[in-house]
Amino acid sequence: MNEMLLIAAMAAVTFIPRLLPFALASRLRLPKPMQQALSYVPIAILSVIIVQSIFYRNGALALHLTNPFLWASLVAFITALIQKRLFVTILMGLLSYSILKFWLLH
Amino acid sequence: MPSTSPQSIFISGVKDIFPLVVAAMPFGLVFGAMGHAQGLADWVILSISIFVFAGASQFIAITMLATGAALPVIVLTVFIVNLRHMLYSVSLIPIVQGLTQKWRWPMAFALTDETFAVVYNKMSLSGTHQHLPIYYLGSAVFMYLNWILCTWIGILLGSQLPSLTSFGLDIAMVVAFIGIVVPNLKLPSHWLCAITAAACGLLTYQWPHQTGLLISSLLAIVVGVLAENRLVKKSPAEGDSHE
Repeated sequence: MNEMLLIAAMAAVTFIPRLLPFALASRLRLPKPMQQALSYVPIAILSVIIVQSIFYRNGALALHLTNPFLWASLVAFITALIQKRLFVTILMGLLSYSILKFWLLH
Repeated sequence: MPSTSPQSIFISGVKDIFPLVVAAMPFGLVFGAMGHAQGLADWVILSISIFVFAGASQFIAITMLATGAALPVIVLTVFIVNLRHMLYSVSLIPIVQGLTQKWRWPMAFALTDETFAVVYNKMSLSGTHQHLPIYYLGSAVFMYLNWILCTWIGILLGSQLPSLTSFGLDIAMVVAFIGIVVPNLKLPSHWLCAITAAACGLLTYQWPHQTGLLISSLLAIVVGVLAENRLVKKSPAEGDSHE
């Protein structure tokens, strides 16, 4: 019973922030400064997630050159600078990761 | 390819999120196994994935549950961890503007980091928002079903599961996010925002309950906006009236 309450409460506090902007979208006209700030949302949040995923492996700081995430990300970064196709960036990143992981383990 | 039938748009949403779905798999499996190992009932673990559907917060919740945290504390933590979705939702408002509430609710429910990243990328590439709701649904539904399935398999495998996260499948998420962020770095202020986010993200990782993610992001957004206003000369008369 207690678990049911917990799940319901968790679902509610997760769903409401997701829903509010969508539900009020028609009534809401966003002021210019707000729109400007929003254009930085993906850059900001995704950059934090990227860096934390690269440098914290299994909860511990992995700030060393044998971290394959570091090099694969660098390859993906350079690939994305050269061309814009997401598919190519992912492919290059995964390819370099596989090579590195294999190479570093031997 | 200029194929624009609803089915093909749905499928392209599925295709584009595929790498991120693969990256999420070990986390779904580990979540199921972890819940099982902590003695939670199978239906509880599965219900969390079905009704909450927010990866990081689910892990935090069952970890807190195991350490005997009080219910309001867990709920508050989940709320804070998932607050970033509100920023995503505001950013994607242009997509839902023409839709009825009937569509907006399920779309909001299934809004995750991954779906946001893929849809935002599509939105900035294509000039029109016309087909984006179907594209959104394609990627969100695929992500959702995979999450539930992986949780369930994780529960079944339980402790037999090898340390899957050490496989490093989340590299797919990292390089996909890189491929989405980098083409959006058009102004010097965008770079400044990314660098701020990266530096703060590194320094605040250890902050409790991912508050570091939220604070770092907000700070980086402020830095980006201030830098843009400083660097790009704009006519001051622009903007909505405050009267």
